[in-house]
Amino acid sequence: MTSSALALSGVLAANGEGFHAPTVEEFYPAPIASFSLLGLDFEITRITIIMWIATAAILALLVSAVRRPTIVPGRLQWLAESGYSVVRDGIARDVIGPKGLPFAPFLASLFFFILANNAMSIIPLAQISPNSKFAIPLVLALVCWVLYNWIGIREQGVGRYFKDAAIPPGVPAAALILVTPIELLQVFIIRPFTLAVRLFANMFAGHMLLAVFALGTSYLLFVGNFSVIFAPFSFLMALAMTFFELLVIVLQAYVFTVLMATYLSGAVEPAH
Amino acid sequence: MNILAAESHNPLIPPISEIIVGAITFGILLLVLVKFVFPQMEKTFVARREAIEGGIERAETMQADAKAALEQYRAQLAEARTEAAQIRDAARADGQQIIEELRAQAQEESARIVARGEEQLASSRQQVLNELRGQIGTLAVELAGRVVGESLADDARRSGTVDRFLDDLDGMSAATAGDAR
Repeated sequence: MTSSALALSGVLAANGEGFHAPTVEEFYPAPIASFSLLGLDFEITRITIIMWIATAAILALLVSAVRRPTIVPGRLQWLAESGYSVVRDGIARDVIGPKGLPFAPFLASLFFFILANNAMSIIPLAQISPNSKFAIPLVLALVCWVLYNWIGIREQGVGRYFKDAAIPPGVPAAALILVTPIELLQVFIIRPFTLAVRLFANMFAGHMLLAVFALGTSYLLFVGNFSVIFAPFSFLMALAMTFFELLVIVLQAYVFTVLMATYLSGAVEPAH
Repeated sequence: MNILAAESHNPLIPPISEIIVGAITFGILLLVLVKFVFPQMEKTFVARREAIEGGIERAETMQADAKAALEQYRAQLAEARTEAAQIRDAARADGQQIIEELRAQAQEESARIVARGEEQLASSRQQVLNELRGQIGTLAVELAGRVVGESLADDARRSGTVDRFLDDLDGMSAATAGDAR
């Protein structure tokens, strides 16, 4: 009941008698197939299929873009290379520095995966992003968490890395009582958690907003009284929110990647 | 109201199976992109950079070649000009020398001709003088013999008289020359 989505659905339900506001159940469609493996229940839902389609699509796009590379790129090759260059030069090299280039492929994979899955939130017929399921951003955040800690240990050594994380240089000894727990909490728990939640919440809320205005439009159209005049406004809001969602799609993919680059940068270079 | 149903799902607590499916999906994408797609792009970037740099290098080489050719052409032109000037100067000098030589030769020739003429003149004068001397002597003696009527056959006396007469003549002519002067 703490979820804002539930609160929203409650408010909307109170307003209109027959209006069924979208609830969190939006994100739990009926499974298409389900099976048990090693004591775990696997459910293949519509959203799982959307994730596979998004992933397969971006893979197919990128693979076909580099299948026959030419010095003077074709349109598709140029598009794919531009996307990669944004991450490679704009994020890996600019945020981490010259040592960042080896991480460019990982960061770009992250970027393209998030972008493709985010895009599903406004692509017709899908219209829900797999990233609005907490599991997917969590997977990404955990992979990032493992990677930047491993790189930190590899580059600086176990002792140095944990010491720098716990005792930031330049902090007075007395302050360490406060700073050390906060820093440790921040590096090892808050970072991956915020990384995952930021992406998840954005896509979750985005879908809820779009669903509210889309369902609202159809409800107002068919409600059968003077409220029908409000239907265009609801539709315009749904349209505006779609454009807003487009912004969020790109922005969140970018933000996730930039933050991961920042964490990697901290792992590669000892704290100043 | 679906509140009851909603309560059974907490969006922040995903089932492990979803995490596994997500991880596998992302893992496949990561594998393909990191192992194949992005290295291929990096290769293309390198090839492109080399192609561009190669092009620039080629252009620079061509420019340098053209410049060298121009320099060579200019040097050759300057050389030809110098050579022409040298040839001209040499020809002028040669001409001058030839003229000088010819002039000297001509002067020498004329001097020689003049000298020979003078020599001939002197020798014929001497000859004439000697002939005259002999003839004048004979004529004078003959004349004197006739005038005085006496034979002056005696050689000694005759020659003495003649010589004296001639000397007188010489002295006379000298005195006349001296007077004339």
